Amino acid sequence: MTTEPANANLIAGATGDWEVIVGLEVHAQVASRSKLFSGASTAFGGEPNTHVSLIDAAMPGMLPVINRECVAQAIRTGLGLKAKINHRSTFDRKNYFYPDLPQGYQISQYKSPIVGEGEIQVDLSPTYSIKVGIERLHLEQDAGKSLHDQSPTMSFVDLNRSGVALMEIVSKPDMRSADEAKAYVSKLRTILRYIGSCDGDMEKGSLRADINVSVRRPGAPLGTRCEIKNVNSIRFIGQAIEAEARRQIAILEDGGVIDQETRLFDAARGETRSMRSKEEAHDYRYFPDPDLLPLELDPEWVDALAAYLPELPDAKKARFIADHGLTAYDASVLVAEKETADFFESALNHGGTKRDPKAVANWIMGDLSAYANARNAPIVDAGLSAAQLAALVDLIGEGVISGKIAKDVLGLLFGEEKGADPRAVVEKRGLRQVTDAGAIDAAVDAVIAANGDKAEQAKTKPGMLGWFVGQVMKATGGKANPQAVSETLKRKLGL
Amino acid sequence: MADPTSLTLAEARDRLKSRALSSVELTRAHLAAMERAKSLNAYVVMTPDKALQMARASDERLARGEGGPLEGLPVGVKDLYATEGVHTQACSHILHGFKPTYESTVTANLWRDGAVMLGKLNMDEFAMGSSNETSYYGPVASPWLPPNWSREKARAALAGNKRGLLTPGGSSGGSAAAVAARLCLAATASDTGGSIRQPAAFTGAVGIKPTYGRCSRWGMVAFASSLDQAGPLARTVRDAAIMLRSMAGPDVKDSTCSPEPTADYEAAVGRSVKGLTIGVPKEYRLDGMNPEIEALWSKGAEWLHDAGAKIVEVSLPNTKHALPAYYIVAPAEASSNLARYDGVRYGLREPSSDIVDLYEKTRARGFGAEVRRRLMIGTYVLSAGYYDAYYLRAQKIRTLIKRDFERVFADGVDAILTPATPSAAFGVGEKGSDDPVEMYLNDIFTVTVNMAGLPGLVAPAGLSNEGLPLGLQLIGRPFDEETLFSLGEAMEQAAGRMRLPDPWWA
Repeated sequence: MTTEPANANLIAGATGDWEVIVGLEVHAQVASRSKLFSGASTAFGGEPNTHVSLIDAAMPGMLPVINRECVAQAIRTGLGLKAKINHRSTFDRKNYFYPDLPQGYQISQYKSPIVGEGEIQVDLSPTYSIKVGIERLHLEQDAGKSLHDQSPTMSFVDLNRSGVALMEIVSKPDMRSADEAKAYVSKLRTILRYIGSCDGDMEKGSLRADINVSVRRPGAPLGTRCEIKNVNSIRFIGQAIEAEARRQIAILEDGGVIDQETRLFDAARGETRSMRSKEEAHDYRYFPDPDLLPLELDPEWVDALAAYLPELPDAKKARFIADHGLTAYDASVLVAEKETADFFESALNHGGTKRDPKAVANWIMGDLSAYANARNAPIVDAGLSAAQLAALVDLIGEGVISGKIAKDVLGLLFGEEKGADPRAVVEKRGLRQVTDAGAIDAAVDAVIAANGDKAEQAKTKPGMLGWFVGQVMKATGGKANPQAVSETLKRKLGL
Repeated sequence: MADPTSLTLAEARDRLKSRALSSVELTRAHLAAMERAKSLNAYVVMTPDKALQMARASDERLARGEGGPLEGLPVGVKDLYATEGVHTQACSHILHGFKPTYESTVTANLWRDGAVMLGKLNMDEFAMGSSNETSYYGPVASPWLPPNWSREKARAALAGNKRGLLTPGGSSGGSAAAVAARLCLAATASDTGGSIRQPAAFTGAVGIKPTYGRCSRWGMVAFASSLDQAGPLARTVRDAAIMLRSMAGPDVKDSTCSPEPTADYEAAVGRSVKGLTIGVPKEYRLDGMNPEIEALWSKGAEWLHDAGAKIVEVSLPNTKHALPAYYIVAPAEASSNLARYDGVRYGLREPSSDIVDLYEKTRARGFGAEVRRRLMIGTYVLSAGYYDAYYLRAQKIRTLIKRDFERVFADGVDAILTPATPSAAFGVGEKGSDDPVEMYLNDIFTVTVNMAGLPGLVAPAGLSNEGLPLGLQLIGRPFDEETLFSLGEAMEQAAGRMRLPDPWWA
């Protein structure tokens, strides 16, 4: 790992350089069938108020009971963040009134979170990484949703989300630019998806971030921070940080001071605006929830969860480099999505035979990725199976088709030959490349005979070989093995 | 045959079993008594149709030789327990019209065991009070006549504002009055700081607040979650034991409920107390203590000594801090527990212009003065800058109180004997109107037990000079309700069964 120059992240202001300091609180919805303290479903997109238990609606006398699966997910995530698992944690009530908060309090973990300090390695380029510290991870309930657009005179409340489990993952203020923050969230999302503790679907709100931003002169003490609430895409996280840093720098350069406050990011205008000042901040009156016992974890259970943790992206990347000889860049790209990494290995080892890793990686990162992007789908859902890719790579390796023909075959597999065996497609459509020396000799002879003058010139201008290869390929409908054509031409032209 | 409402729960049970009496007869007798006693205001809702339907079903089961431990026995339910399809408001206006779609675990356990529901009993609003005067449905009159009052005078007061009549105590005032007035064989009650035990003492009933976690809190309207416990009020120690066995038990829906199965409490009734060590805590001997109470306490110790127990003086040095600490912890939890009554989903909703207006109007109209006071205290002690000085300190005191008891029990003490209340019952309108602390002092002997999570049983021990019932409290080791039932019965034997007042109200 190399480091970039120390000042690479500095923002040039009118009066000198500024450093931006970023810390993030990411709210990740726990992947679980039921809510944190009730048996109600967590399914997304149900009719309003159809996934609501008596507990979620805070009916009189209802009591929360912790969902073991949500606890397991938090532990797995903590392990994935190389963080300390606290074998004893407690739940607190965060009290405030809001119509979509039926209990009048959110059950959260304030004083003793289930997960303590950890660390994530964040890759900014194949050769440049930073470490971002994790302060803590705690479990808490999500609120419901207020709907203000259903009636001109009334607001409605949908409690489907009320009580859904969230993990709040708090970073240390270790990021120094919008890019670092974006890379951090992206890496965190990758880890969560590897573990399966959060689907990471930002469009559905499964991952949201509160961003703390402050600026300072390099080497100066930390400045006053502002918190930007509830930003729900990685792109917006970057934009919000840049806008907020610019705003703070402008104030400071004008001799002003930063007020500690909570702000919102207006994506349409590309700016942050004040939501509430420090004076208007709620007093949440946290206290231990007397309805819940302290959460005591059996160390053997934690060990078992650790033992069944999947291989995580950093380890997978290292293994791809070491075992498959991939470059750091290729390995990074492949491991970003677990499904892609699995697809790569599945294609690589399909049928028990090992293929050229670089070739498989190139297909995935090149043509397959392009098809997937065009369909706006993940690579694994683009429409090509690992078996098909393996066959395609084999066909090239065996010299049955050329790389160029293979691209045509891939096009067919995404089109009229959807789902077909590439080998069968090649046979059926007569795409098998010509490797028969006699046939190639004949084709080469014909081209040389028809272009005697050029053949003479080629003897002094070897660069003309390419033109001859092209002619022969054209004459053979692209099916001749270009390698063999080239060799034959060299021999016959006396090059 | 004598009026079946005068039977004890155990006697009625045996008669139903032998078919000498039917559940329908027994239930009808109670419904008739309830009808005649409406002016006591013990019940806020009577459920005669449901009662008779349940009684008929019980009679069918009894006829087949089947039925649970409480088969066919009519009981009353404190308004704080959720009862499916039946008025459940914890006697607060804010739960106006609320009928739950669910049944509390404790009442479900009673119905599982065959009990018959007569109706919902009056109580202090959200169980906050010691006289039943904070109820939205008005005060309850104790069936005990005030000293030197004629029946006529009492009946006139009953027809008016009840001033001067005795309170049954609170918060389980309706439960205690109904048990003493024979308007049910037994009743469910609940106890956060003394709400079962003080009314028991005031009405000559037996009440037990079991160990925290012995009964499920699921479906009980919450006041202070770490202190609330369900328990019965009954006319004898045996009846209380029978009731508790059915009410208590594990419940996965309440994380604070003990997974241990309940014991056969009735089997402990009549068990010898010989060799047990009874602690008498010196810190309960307060300055200016009512000499009658002091004498009763000594008499209680004597009775237990005569029954073969060893009496020792013990020290619980943090007792004096219990009441102030309780009045921080309980309101703090209440301020959060009652936040859900916001006018948004159920209960009262006052017409309003926006959401803040809705909250303010609904809660101002829906909560009574005492509840509002405690919500404000609770909000205050949890606020930034005050939390450490109040809530955190109170929790530390709570730990010290627990340790006091742990040490005494570790020294070989099996149970602790204390007074139940500082005095006999007082009158409606007599206390707390100027200074709420005057009312809070009623809990002085009982709150420590809730703070420590221990079981506490109050049984009648005699009458005051003015002829009003007085009770004594027995505090036990965690989950050792059995010893309390054995000791309670020994005391009951020595004191003689409480003679209940004649129905002057009817």
